[in-house]
Amino acid sequence: MKYIDEFNDPDLARRLLDEIRATVTRPWALMEVCGGQTHSIIRHGIDQLLPDEVELIHGPGCPVCVTPLDVIDKALEIAARREVIFCSFGDMLRVPGTDRDLFRVKGEGGDVRVVYSPLDALALARKNPDRQVVFFAIGFETTAPANAMAVHQARRLGLGNFSLLVSHVRVPPAIEAIMTAPQCRVQAFLAAGHVCSVMGMAEYPELADRHRVPVVVTGFEPLDILEGIRRAVHQLERGEHRVENAYPRAVREQGNPAALSMLEEVFEVTDRNWRGIGPIPASGWRLSEAYRAYDAEHRFDVTGIRTEEPAVCRAGEVLQGLIKPTECEAFGTACTPRTPLGATMVSNEGACAAYYLYRRMTDGPAQRGSRIPREELNTVG
Amino acid sequence: MADTATEAAVDPANWTCPAPLRDQPVVVMGHGGGGALSAELIEQVFAPAYGNPTLAALTDSAVFDLGGARLAFSTDSYVVRPLFFPGGSLGDLAVNGTVNDLAMSGARPAYLSTAFVLEEGVELDVVGRIARAMGAAAEAAGVTIATGDTKVVESGHGDGVYVTTAGVGLVPDGVDIRPQRARPGDAVLVSGPIGLHGVAVMSVREGLEFGIEIASDTAPLAGLVAAMLTVTKDIHVLRDPTRGGLGASLNEIARASGTGVRLRERAIPVPDEVANACGFLGLDPLYVANEGRLVAFVPPRHAEAVLAAMRDHPQGGGAAIIGECVEDHPGMVVVATGLGGTRVVDLPLGEQLPRIC
Repeated sequence: MKYIDEFNDPDLARRLLDEIRATVTRPWALMEVCGGQTHSIIRHGIDQLLPDEVELIHGPGCPVCVTPLDVIDKALEIAARREVIFCSFGDMLRVPGTDRDLFRVKGEGGDVRVVYSPLDALALARKNPDRQVVFFAIGFETTAPANAMAVHQARRLGLGNFSLLVSHVRVPPAIEAIMTAPQCRVQAFLAAGHVCSVMGMAEYPELADRHRVPVVVTGFEPLDILEGIRRAVHQLERGEHRVENAYPRAVREQGNPAALSMLEEVFEVTDRNWRGIGPIPASGWRLSEAYRAYDAEHRFDVTGIRTEEPAVCRAGEVLQGLIKPTECEAFGTACTPRTPLGATMVSNEGACAAYYLYRRMTDGPAQRGSRIPREELNTVG
Repeated sequence: MADTATEAAVDPANWTCPAPLRDQPVVVMGHGGGGALSAELIEQVFAPAYGNPTLAALTDSAVFDLGGARLAFSTDSYVVRPLFFPGGSLGDLAVNGTVNDLAMSGARPAYLSTAFVLEEGVELDVVGRIARAMGAAAEAAGVTIATGDTKVVESGHGDGVYVTTAGVGLVPDGVDIRPQRARPGDAVLVSGPIGLHGVAVMSVREGLEFGIEIASDTAPLAGLVAAMLTVTKDIHVLRDPTRGGLGASLNEIARASGTGVRLRERAIPVPDEVANACGFLGLDPLYVANEGRLVAFVPPRHAEAVLAAMRDHPQGGGAAIIGECVEDHPGMVVVATGLGGTRVVDLPLGEQLPRIC
């Protein structure tokens, strides 16, 4: 069982870096879409090793960060109910709602449980027929099929005590929104490999053509990322804008047909609000009509939620790649993982948390300096 | 949603935090995680209530003079689930944990006390297995369990079995080991592979299978410390990186001594099975708990000899020099990544949380 070191080899990394250096002739701005990639880039110091001409812009691909505040507040309200066992992946527990988080609800007596799979939540529903089991179904295309499978199974088993609180988001509409923003500087995308392992690559050629941007499907280990950057820079230097698969060990052109058919059966595309960014058309999934009975928002009356975001937080601009985390005035001072102002500082995959955890020694407030005049900044949505 | 274009008008004095964790009015799991929240609980609640110079050192065991002897004294409670796991049990932890806390002052552990809190309905056979494990662990560590107590709580008011142990030991003359003594130039050593205990417990508690059985590293370390002290009494710091892992322990030492710690990622012994399990769950091995490892800060002139002594001992076969103490970035721990970059290793907030994908 040894499959990580191979993708973390310093000699191979040096060779890829040398090739990137030899290829690049002028400045390029690349966006890694996924928060997992951001985390890996900062954790391994890849951004420090790249030539100055290659700038990495961190994208919106942290599912925890972009889950809207009103959905989190709904989760908190449902989780506090006595009849409910509220199940979530671990990294949602610390995400701030308007006035508390799931840890706080748990500390106050709510039955909040960390699970590793929605099927664990389903098993809890079977074991506890007198309780309502709710699974917090967030995430991109990566987590959606398993969540679809859980609700599909619940219906097959006739479980009346299982439901999903759904806030699934889709990557291609987010890329579209970023590319159409007037101040967009992104010239190439490192697409999220695990998303493509489910969805395949069919959604990207049209995006690449229309916006004339290279899209390189990229994995998460250091060598994966360097290879993605190498290919993107190569295309940019040659004036190309193709979709390339730099993650063939996980991604096939057609994706995962079983997962896709499960998605199609259980979910339907809907507009979604992205925290920090705003509404993006057709950027999410909700349970389809046939499965509406398993929608926690329908099962529990959680209307009338009023939310309030801290106005100073610039997480939205970070999520759109308009600023680096260290360019936010609150970074590392008012806003830390201990006292997060926005979700990008809470989640492990959030760009602000990655910078704070791994890079604040070298990228502290002294290194700030916005490349974009503040008055020109707007939200995408 | 916040209007990010209007933030210039916001008065920083009115900034509010949507997750005021520092003002949590209730205990949350992170308060027991060995990270920043645990430290705040001690600093803000316990230390002001008991305040005295001995406690203020905030070491794993208190060291004081009593009747002409230098004693180390420590206590700890053990609430692990499940009670039995690959490589050990609650009983092993309850003995080894306190033995190790004493050993981290350089003390030779001598006597332990034990207190059981049992939940109504727990099988006596389970209690017997834990007690026998404690007896065996005490014998292996060369300590005597000299006194004890038992309480029973009603069903639903506990989690099966909790065990508290306290222990005393003698600190040899000329030994002064505490986190404040770390000095720039000190070599940082670890006694073996890290992360095994945390991953072993997680694998059985959460029903996760990693394709290979991972056994806890729980073990008494007093013998290893004694072997190190035969090389030199001038060992500056010892710490067993339990909750919060190596990352938390090194941060505590850096902060207590006001020095920086610089690690070399590739020198840190992380077993493949731990690296893979952590990769799968999105955890950092540096923050995963250990129960049979120590980290040592040793003056550079003694580092190689101490390392050799560790490697000659059964508990130190996998020992390695993983970095050094530096004058740069005082109070911070920084690691040179395998690829040649650097990153900060911070004190974890509370418990690590498995990520979504």
